[in-house]
Amino acid sequence: MIKSELVAKLAQANPHLYQRDVERIVSTIFDEICTALARGDRVELRGFGAFSVKNRPARVGRNPRTGQPVEVAEKFVPFFKTGKELRERLNAEPGTAPDAGQTTPETAPSPSGFGGSDV
Amino acid sequence: MGRTVTRAQLSEAVYQEVGLSRNESADLVEAVLKEISDDLIVGNTVKLSSFGSFSVREKGGRMGRNPKTGEEVPIKPRRVLVFRPSHVLKEQINVSLSDLKAAGSLPDGVVLDTDES
Repeated sequence: MIKSELVAKLAQANPHLYQRDVERIVSTIFDEICTALARGDRVELRGFGAFSVKNRPARVGRNPRTGQPVEVAEKFVPFFKTGKELRERLNAEPGTAPDAGQTTPETAPSPSGFGGSDV
Repeated sequence: MGRTVTRAQLSEAVYQEVGLSRNESADLVEAVLKEISDDLIVGNTVKLSSFGSFSVREKGGRMGRNPKTGEEVPIKPRRVLVFRPSHVLKEQINVSLSDLKAAGSLPDGVVLDTDES
C-alpha cells in the first residue's frame, strides 16, 4: 500500500470528507512525526509503536574492498520500535482464533526479561 | 530534555490544520494507524513517500539465550515489522539534530540513546 492508496481507503470510509482533506490529514500526521523527531522528541503511539532518534557516534570505518580506514562522522538516525499490540497481532495465528477451539498450542515464551519497555 | 509526542499532539495538529472537530481529528489519526496496521498484518508493505516504509519480515526459529541466566531458550519462527526511514526523513533528522548539537541545545536523556549496532 502506498500513500495514495491509504488516502483512498480512508476517503472511502469517510464519505463526508473531501479527498484533498484526507490527503492533508495523512500528510499532517507524518509531517508532525518528522518535525517531532527533528527536534529530538520521541513519538509514542501505543499499540502501534514508537519512533525515536538514535545517536551514532563518529567512528573509524573501513573500506571493505581496500581495507583502508575511513572516518565516519557522527550521525543521528530515526528508529522505530514496534508496539506490543501490533507485534502480537502480527504473530497471531489464524488457527488460534477463539472459535478454532481445542488444539491451542502453548503460548509462545514471553520475551520479557530481554529488556526494553513495551509500547 | 526531549519530550514525547503522542496521539494527542497528532490529533491537535490535524485539528489545527484541517479544521475538523477535535473528536473527529482523533478518530482519523486512529483510522490512519489502523489502516496501516491492518495492511501490515495481511503481509503487505506500506510505503509512505518522504517518510519511509514499513514491511514485515519472516524470521526463522533459532536457539536464543536468556542473557540473565545463560539458559538456552528456543525462539520460534516469527514475523517482525521493519521500518526503513526514507532518505528525506534521515536527512532532515540528521541535519536538524547536528545543528542543534552544534548550537549546544541538543535535548538529552531518553531520546538520544547511543547504539553501537
